[in-house]
Amino acid sequence: MHELGIVFHIIKEVKAVAAQNACSKVSKVVMDIGEVSTVVPYYLEDCWKWAVAREDSLMKDCRLEVNVLEAVTRCDACSKEYSTVKHAKICPYCGSEETFLLRGNEVEIKEIEVE
Amino acid sequence: MSDVKVIEIKKSIFEENGREADELRAELKSKGVFLLNLMSSPGSGKTTTLISLINKLKSRLRIAVMEADIDSDVDAVKIKQATGIESIQLHTGGMCHLDAEMTRQGLENLPLEDIDLAILENVGNLVCPAEFDTGSCCNAMILSVPEGDDKALKYPLMFSICDLVIINKIDVMPYFNFDMDKCLSNIHKRNPKAEVIPICALSGEGVDRVAEWLMERIADWQK
Repeated sequence: MHELGIVFHIIKEVKAVAAQNACSKVSKVVMDIGEVSTVVPYYLEDCWKWAVAREDSLMKDCRLEVNVLEAVTRCDACSKEYSTVKHAKICPYCGSEETFLLRGNEVEIKEIEVE
Repeated sequence: MSDVKVIEIKKSIFEENGREADELRAELKSKGVFLLNLMSSPGSGKTTTLISLINKLKSRLRIAVMEADIDSDVDAVKIKQATGIESIQLHTGGMCHLDAEMTRQGLENLPLEDIDLAILENVGNLVCPAEFDTGSCCNAMILSVPEGDDKALKYPLMFSICDLVIINKIDVMPYFNFDMDKCLSNIHKRNPKAEVIPICALSGEGVDRVAEWLMERIADWQK
């Protein structure tokens, strides 16, 4: 259940930003989650609900929105890009294993909605 | 109705933990304490390996151990009984890994002025501990023979962040379909720089090599 740990990190970070901006209420947090980040959006949302129900007024029942970002791998041998989830480590164009993840492992707080 | 506004953050949630980990490392460096983060699957032999390793090193170094588990203190008690060194148990409260903040809290319970080597035995798990930098000076993991020679392909992140991969239980290799060459090639595919040392924690075979590897790292750290 690393989603729970991640939820605690999000709440801590959001509280710091809310304090800097003198906000009285955070109504929504928007996360960008890469397809191969190992964070499961469904579990994240579940842990989120549990955690914000226990928060005080600043983040009490704050909503979570998750954007899932597509994972893309680039092949060093033929310079093509392809879907990581579909083809994993081996390039579907030339069969090379010399590939690296371009994007898709993000676990980022995109923005928050505050009052 | 109060005004609603949007604040853009665009920040990885690992960034804050990474910063806390760097701070902790700098603090440990100034105190001359080397923190080893040991990770593996449950049942790979972390505690047995530690006992064997500590018994080889305890005359040369002042050592303390932090055992992280979801529950119970069996590991901490076992280490204390088998080696006589200071060993504390951390409970993660259901969490599957330790982060830099939890590691710092754990270290506060150890007399750091009197320690050269602090060992963190992380929660048995090959996924989450790899994602959170604990602030350690070195990451090591144990892969045991019964787990299979293809483990590095299934848990690439863990293998890619480890400086040292210990292959444990080599005494039972004849009974498992475990190909050491294939295992090495799989590990180096994910992490060309990883040092790999095969051992048998029970008999002590290979543990000297781990001890020497660690002594070199500690000497570098304390320079």
